Amino acid sequence: MTTRLSARGLVRRFPGVLALGGVDLDAGPGEVVALVGENGAGKSTLLKCLAGLEQPDEGSMTYEGGVWAPRSTADAASGGVALVHQELCLAENLSAAENIGLGREPRRGWMPLVDRDALRERAAHALERVGATFGPDVKVETLAAGQRQLVEIAKGIDQDARVLILDEPTSSLTSRETARLFELVHQLRADDITVLYVSHRLTEILELADRAFVLRDGQNAGHLTRDELTRDAMVRMMVGRDLAPPAARAVAGEAAGAPVLELKGLVSDAFPAAAVDLQVRPGELVGLAGLVGAGRTELLETVFGLRPPVSGEVRVEGQPKRFKGPRDAAAAGLALVPEDRKLQGLLLEEGVRVNTALATLDRRSRRGLVDRAAERNVAALQVDRLGVRTSGIEQVVQTLSGGNQQKVVVGRWLAAEPAILLMDEPTRGVDVGAREELYLLLERLAAEGLAVLFASSDMEELLRLADRVVVLHDGQVTGTLDRSVATEEAVMELATGGGLRAEGSTTT
Amino acid sequence: MTNSSGANLAQPDVSSRLAGWGKVLGIFGLLVAIVVTTGAMNPRFFGAENLENVLQRTALFGIIGIGAAFPIVTAGIDLSIGSVIALVATCLPPLLDAGVPAGPAVIVVLLLAAGLGLIHGLLITRLGLQPFVVTLCGLLVYRGVARYIVDDQTVGFGDSYDGLRTLATGRPFSIGALDVPAPALVLLAVAVLAAIFLGRSVWGRWMLALGRNPTAARYAGVPVERVTILAYVICSLLAGVGGVLFALDVNSVQPASMGNFYELYAIAAAVLGGCSLRGGEGSILGVVLGAAVMRLLYNSIVLLGIPSQLEFAIVGGVLLLGAIADEVVRRLAEARRARERARARTERTT
Repeated sequence: MTTRLSARGLVRRFPGVLALGGVDLDAGPGEVVALVGENGAGKSTLLKCLAGLEQPDEGSMTYEGGVWAPRSTADAASGGVALVHQELCLAENLSAAENIGLGREPRRGWMPLVDRDALRERAAHALERVGATFGPDVKVETLAAGQRQLVEIAKGIDQDARVLILDEPTSSLTSRETARLFELVHQLRADDITVLYVSHRLTEILELADRAFVLRDGQNAGHLTRDELTRDAMVRMMVGRDLAPPAARAVAGEAAGAPVLELKGLVSDAFPAAAVDLQVRPGELVGLAGLVGAGRTELLETVFGLRPPVSGEVRVEGQPKRFKGPRDAAAAGLALVPEDRKLQGLLLEEGVRVNTALATLDRRSRRGLVDRAAERNVAALQVDRLGVRTSGIEQVVQTLSGGNQQKVVVGRWLAAEPAILLMDEPTRGVDVGAREELYLLLERLAAEGLAVLFASSDMEELLRLADRVVVLHDGQVTGTLDRSVATEEAVMELATGGGLRAEGSTTT
Repeated sequence: MTNSSGANLAQPDVSSRLAGWGKVLGIFGLLVAIVVTTGAMNPRFFGAENLENVLQRTALFGIIGIGAAFPIVTAGIDLSIGSVIALVATCLPPLLDAGVPAGPAVIVVLLLAAGLGLIHGLLITRLGLQPFVVTLCGLLVYRGVARYIVDDQTVGFGDSYDGLRTLATGRPFSIGALDVPAPALVLLAVAVLAAIFLGRSVWGRWMLALGRNPTAARYAGVPVERVTILAYVICSLLAGVGGVLFALDVNSVQPASMGNFYELYAIAAAVLGGCSLRGGEGSILGVVLGAAVMRLLYNSIVLLGIPSQLEFAIVGGVLLLGAIADEVVRRLAEARRARERARARTERTT
C-alpha cells in the first residue's frame, strides 16, 4: 500500500494540555480514512496540524514522499491538502465563485483587478465536479447547509487538492444531503483523492471508511482495517472499555394519570400550515423524531413561549395557558434544556453556582436580594444529585466537559422543580460515557413522575429512551410509534414523510 | 476530581470570594501610585484645599460613571450622558425662576432624565435599535433642545437658592483639616445603593447574566427586556443627578458646552474601573476608583506643571495601558484554566 500523507509521533502542547501525545497516521491515494474519538481525544488538533492551522511541537509529517510542514491553511492548500471545516467558513455575502476563488483570484494581467470571467469558469468547473445543482453566481447566504458544504469541497477541488479533510461534514446536513455527500466521497475516492473523514456518527464511518484510526486522550488507541471495522470495536477503543448495549431502558417508569402537557392544534410560526396535537403524561418520556428542519426545535420553543403560537393552545394540567415568554412557561412548571447549550444555555464565563441558580433566583430571594446561602445550597445539591464532575461550585463552566456542562443546565431547571421537562438534543456534544449517565438520570426523573418531551436526531437515543416516539415531517406529526413498535426503519419512513398514520401504528 | 458531600460544596471558599477583586486591586494600585508620585513631587497635593477639590470632582464624575456602568454591564452603551447633563442643568434655573420650589423642581428634572432613559430602553428592547445609535441620537437631540430652551444664553442661579446650592458646594463636616464636600456624600449613597443592587439583588444578577449571554438569560426565564430598560433608566437618572450637581457647582450653565464629553469621561471611568464593554462584568467600587484616577491625573498634570495641552494624551495613554494590562491578565487566566482542564482530564482517566 502506498502512502500519500503520513504523520509520525506528532506532539502538540497547549498551555498545560497535551493535545497530541505522539500520534501516527497514514493515508494512501484513493482511500477514505476515518478518524474516530471522543470529544477532546485530539482529532481536531491532528487535522489542524495536517492542514497547516497548527504546527506540531514534535514529530514529523510526510506528503507525497517529501517533508510536509505547512505554515498555514493557504500553504497546505497550495500543496494539495484542503480542510473543510465543521462550521463552514464561507463569506456569506459573496457568491459561490467568489468564495471558491477567495485568496487565489485570477487577475486581469498586471492589474489588481479580479478576472471575473476566469473565476466563474473555474468555479463552474469545480462545482460541476462535486455535483452541485446551483451555479457559480449564487450568493452563499441563499444556500442550504449541504450546498454550502459543496462550495467548500469545490474550493478544495479548485485547489487541486489530493487530500481532502472533512471534519464532521454531516453535522448540519439533512439525510438527503448526507446521501449526496456520500456519493461524492465515493466519487472522490475513485478519482484517487485521499479523504480524511472525521465523524461522531459511527454508522457513517461503517459505510464509508476503508479503515479507521481511533484516538483517545491524544494517543493512538488503535487502528481498524475494513474487515475489523465494527461499531463495537470502535466504541471499545474510543472509551477504552466495553459499554453495556444501549438498547435497553435501565429504569422502567410507569406513566400514569391524566396528561400534564397537552398541545391542541398548536401551530408554530415556522410551519403555519401544520397543527400539532400531542400529550405527555407524568412519568412518560416522549421523543420527538424528525429530520433536520422538521420543526422539532420550533415546536419545543413554541411550547416554552419563546415563539408566539399562530393558533392552537398549550394546556398544562388541563388548564389552557398563554405564555408571553419563557418566564411565564417556567412559572407554569415547564423547563427547557435548549439545543445549543453554549449559545442558549450557559453563561460560559461564570461558575457552576451562578449558572445553576439563574432560573430560580427570584424564587430564592429575600426582599429582592439574592439569598446567597440558598444559592450555594441549591448549586451543591444539583451538583451532587447529577454527579457533575467539578472542583467546586465556583468552577467556571467553560472549563467543564460537554457532559458536565449539560448537567449544569439540567440542574438549573431541576432546581425549579418542574412538572414538565422539555429537552432539545439532550446529549449533543456529550461523550459516550456521560451520555449514559444522562440517560439514567432522565429515566430516574421520569420514574419519579416527571413528564419529559425531548427532541433528538440520534436514533439510538430515541429508541433507548422514549416510551413513545412522535415523528415530525415539515412541522406535521406524521405518526406516533409506541415503544414496542418503534424501530429505526419505522421512524425513518415517517420522518421522510411516509404518510400519516394513526396512533400506535407501525409500518409494514 | 471528585465531589465530596453536598454540604462541603456549599461552603463558600476564600479563593472564589477574592476572585473578581483583581481588577479593583489593580486600579487601586494605580491610584496609590499617582497619589504617591504627585505628592512626592509637589507637597501642595496634600493640602486640604487641593484634596477637597479632587474629592469634589471625583464625586461628580463618579456619580455619572456609576450610571454609565449599567448599560455597559448589559453589553450596551450610553453616549447621551453629557447632553442629559446639559438638558437637566439648563432646565433647572428657569424652573426655579418660574417659582417652582427647589425640591419639586429637582424632582421634575430628575424625572425628565429618567424618562429619557426609559425612551432609550424602549427603543433598544422593543424596536431592537442599537444602543450606540439610540444614545448617539440622544446626544445630539438633547444638546440641541437644551440650547433652544434657553436660546443659547448662559443661565445660573445667581445669589438666590443658596440652600439648594449647598447640595453641591456645602461642606457638611470635616475630617481634620479636610472639609468633606457634600457631593462626596451623594456619591457615597449612590455607590452603596448601586453596589447592593448590582452585587446582591436579583435584578442586578439578571443584569450581569444578560450582559454575559442575553439568549441564555432569556431561555432561563430572565425578563431580559425589563432589566435592559432599567439599566438605561438608571444611567440617565444618575446623569440627571450629575447634571443638577454640576449646575449647582458651577452656577453658570452654558448650554452649548455644559457636559461636553462627559459621557466619555463616565465611560472611561467605568472601563478603567473594570467594566468590560463585552458586558457582564463590573464593580461599582472599581468605577468610583476609576473616576478618582481620572481626576487625580488631571490634578497631577496641573500640579506637576505638565503642559495642559497634553491632558487628553495622558489620560488616553493611561486608559490604553489599563486595557492592555487587563487583556494580559485575562490571557494568563485563560492559560491557567486550560491547565486546570488538562489536569481534570488526566485525573478522570487515571
